[in-house]
Amino acid sequence: MTQALDEIKIGGLGSSRKRVEDNRFIRGRGNYVDDIVLPGMLHMEILRSPLAHARIRSIDTSKAWEIPGVRLVLTGEMMATRNLAWMPTLSYDTQAVLATDKVRFQGQEVACVVADDPYIAKDACEAIVVDYEPLPVIVNPTQAMAEGAPLIRDDKENQHDNVVFDWQVGDKDATDRAFEQADLVSKLDLHYPRSHPSPIECCGSIADFNRATQKLTVYMTTQAPHIIRAAVALVAELPEHMIRIVSPDLGGGFGNKVPVYPGYVMSILASILTERPVKWIEDKTGNLISTGFGRDIYLHGELALRRDGKILGVRMHTTSDHGAFFSDAQPSKFKIGLMHSAFSCYDVPAAHLTARGTYTNKAPGGVAYRCSFRVTEAMFFQERMMQAAANDLGMDQAEFRRRNFVRDDDFPHRTPFGFLTDSGQYGKCLDVGLAAIGYADFLKQKEEATKHGRLLGIGISTMTEPLGAGNSREYDILGIKMFDSAELRVHMTGKAILRTGAKTQGQGHETTWAQIVAHELGIPAEDVTVEEGDTDTAPFGMGTYASRSTPVAGAAVAMVARKVRAKARKLAAHLLEVSEEDIEWELGRFYVRSSPDRGVTIQECAMAAYSNMPDGMEPGLENVAYYDPPNLTWPFGCYIATVEVDPQTGVWDVLNVVAVDDCGVRINPMIVEGQIMGGLTEAYAMASMQFITFDTQGNCIGSNYMDYLLPTAWETPGYELHEVVTPSPHHPIGAKGVGECATVGGPAAFVNAVMDAIKDTGVRNIDMPLLPDRVYEALTQRHDVSGAPPVRTDD
Amino acid sequence: MSSLFEEIREPVAGDVPVRRVSITVNGVRRTADVEPRLLLAHLLRQGLGLTGTHTGCDTSNCGACTVLFDGKAIKSCTMLAVQADGHEVTTVEGLAGPSELHPIQEGFKDEHGLQCGFCTPGMMLAAKALLDENPNPTEDEVRWALSGNLCRCTGYQNIVKSVLWAAKKLQSQSAS
Repeated sequence: MTQALDEIKIGGLGSSRKRVEDNRFIRGRGNYVDDIVLPGMLHMEILRSPLAHARIRSIDTSKAWEIPGVRLVLTGEMMATRNLAWMPTLSYDTQAVLATDKVRFQGQEVACVVADDPYIAKDACEAIVVDYEPLPVIVNPTQAMAEGAPLIRDDKENQHDNVVFDWQVGDKDATDRAFEQADLVSKLDLHYPRSHPSPIECCGSIADFNRATQKLTVYMTTQAPHIIRAAVALVAELPEHMIRIVSPDLGGGFGNKVPVYPGYVMSILASILTERPVKWIEDKTGNLISTGFGRDIYLHGELALRRDGKILGVRMHTTSDHGAFFSDAQPSKFKIGLMHSAFSCYDVPAAHLTARGTYTNKAPGGVAYRCSFRVTEAMFFQERMMQAAANDLGMDQAEFRRRNFVRDDDFPHRTPFGFLTDSGQYGKCLDVGLAAIGYADFLKQKEEATKHGRLLGIGISTMTEPLGAGNSREYDILGIKMFDSAELRVHMTGKAILRTGAKTQGQGHETTWAQIVAHELGIPAEDVTVEEGDTDTAPFGMGTYASRSTPVAGAAVAMVARKVRAKARKLAAHLLEVSEEDIEWELGRFYVRSSPDRGVTIQECAMAAYSNMPDGMEPGLENVAYYDPPNLTWPFGCYIATVEVDPQTGVWDVLNVVAVDDCGVRINPMIVEGQIMGGLTEAYAMASMQFITFDTQGNCIGSNYMDYLLPTAWETPGYELHEVVTPSPHHPIGAKGVGECATVGGPAAFVNAVMDAIKDTGVRNIDMPLLPDRVYEALTQRHDVSGAPPVRTDD
Repeated sequence: MSSLFEEIREPVAGDVPVRRVSITVNGVRRTADVEPRLLLAHLLRQGLGLTGTHTGCDTSNCGACTVLFDGKAIKSCTMLAVQADGHEVTTVEGLAGPSELHPIQEGFKDEHGLQCGFCTPGMMLAAKALLDENPNPTEDEVRWALSGNLCRCTGYQNIVKSVLWAAKKLQSQSAS
């Protein structure tokens, strides 16, 4: 008779367990970087360039030094004497820590002041006099590639133009042949605007160098503490074992907290020089104008179509704007991230992608903003191209997608650009979505509304995306392979502590990792403490971004628990006085196969590991697992939005939003749904209001929350969520990544809906965000509306 | 490293003007000598160690620094500490006693109204200001009342549910 524990009751897989971390957050007892106060701590502020491109003639810091309470003023020249004026980026480029020769974007770090309090440091920054010689400014790739364009990276040897890279993937010849055979070629040009992840908490660090122990501790806002430790070891030339990176509670990340920023490096040097802890907390403007942005990429896309709706081939050419330094964090092998994951859910025989990256006088970045290395752009381009093609064919947009989906029995499937997808039920997800939104009824309603001059629209976006880099064969950052890790120690009373190489920023790892342990070992989730973010205690991991926690670190948690269970089985055999082969496992308990009533719990095994182990067995019950996934995970998302556009103003309102997500097995459904709703909101943000642009002088428009609009509770629509479950065939518990799916797939649903509403104008594209004035321009002037910078700010 | 280290100056005493303020924070009267330019958020965080009040944007947009000022929700990053002289301030630490939770706190946990937790204290205090005035709000009234507070994680739907959960609980408490 089974005595297995009820998995939901112990907070295992599928339990919507309430979050552990909430207990401190709802009391205001979180521990974010700015909450940490160390004895004798000094405060650092950064002076930033007001100009986007200018030579620095001189920097006079003498007045700053005279302000009482100022302890240190650093300039690029002083950094250069320590070989720290420049640092390597995560993409084999270099980036200025403090400008020496010239400034290359508005907001670039020019000097910093360390003082007794942040107010004094700010005063002193204002007392620094910098003499600039303005240079011509470049704010988009066309300007960057124009003949005679000023060279932005004149610091680099062998850099004779503003091109960062040229890269291509796919089969050009086969694609050319496909286009020759096409009945119809559908073309689309668009710009995915620069956006900023903008977690509410800005970046910051507290560097604490202890001369006596030679140890450097850095508390900082990082999603990837171990990568930072490696980077600090290389940049600051400190021994790795003398560096401790602690990432405490993070007030959101969304990709913004992956790169190494100059502020971190300066605070470290300042602490070494002053031998005092030095705190740097960025302000919102500093965050928005200087840290890793997302997107800013142009597409020319073409689909070769057969009259019956079959896609024969895809051509994509992208031009990306990387700002002044190429500082994306992305797998080394792929210059434009995983852009070539486009069209993975469709059966497309031939595809070719060419990509060019350019330098401009804008902040560096191109980080994966809530997406897996440019996947958001890939899927947005894909789904906008799909809608344009359906319209060109005169075919229903749902039917056009269905006709081209990879079928459920066609897995594993080689995608047009060479990925291997392994599972999915794409048609089913679409059907669930169409039923939920009431597709047929809406089309009737829309037709009826048209008669009364009302503009209704429906937008569909379907996509599968690659989440959970690596495997290590294909995925590395700066040569460090993208695996992850977990370490589990079961105490003698059967309680446990788990540490991983990931780092939660709101995803709820403290809750969900314990659920995986509960699932594998039958130890109630509430008996498992989860710790992350301290490189002195956590096993080496690549951190949390690109929805990789559950696919990689989560898998490591399952695997380490299985290692622990294997040892517990030996202990059980010893306690039950039978051989291991005669033992069976059920949740929380080993029992004798022939006599199921004779059993021992996992807790009894744990006690035996410390008090009654067999002769010759190593005591203790703990292990570590490093997990290198065999493939990415491939979740699927179907997002459908309905809107009404006001023909008089161009204002559009969302009527309904349906999301169908297939992220495999859900560890904690409540948390998964929370992430989907958050992702949908960032999708809505990008479609409706959130972007950063620049004027001709390179002035950043969107440098604060009055200009950079994030939706509030008032604008944000409500969501209806549905699920389909296709377990990952290779993940130990069948889970897939999910955190970013809705951000990746969502924007096209909103944009397609508005474009559907104004389809009769013949306008093919309005660049995001679909601001009312842009929609109004399309409605009244019946032409495509570009959102590419520069924008005019003189009227 | 030594040459630059020598460039570091010794501290010089400056004449910083200060003003004495007396503020009742979470029911306890606190007195401090502050620079007139010190922001209330910084006094709460650094001066009183009440780090549950967060600063996100410095421009009154994000609302992470929201506290109650004589019962009204205000953004403490754009109020000077001296302006609070003689007034009452409630922060997240004052929502409930040490071993208990306010229904709003319970609601946020129960309805998964938070993820990274950074906006949460401000959200809860904005919600408290609403429920103190309007114990039975509609969903739209909650959305409007919270529209001065930004959240990047949740998409607000669960935050709204959290506040409605708390409203219900508070009403059933006052009924009994």
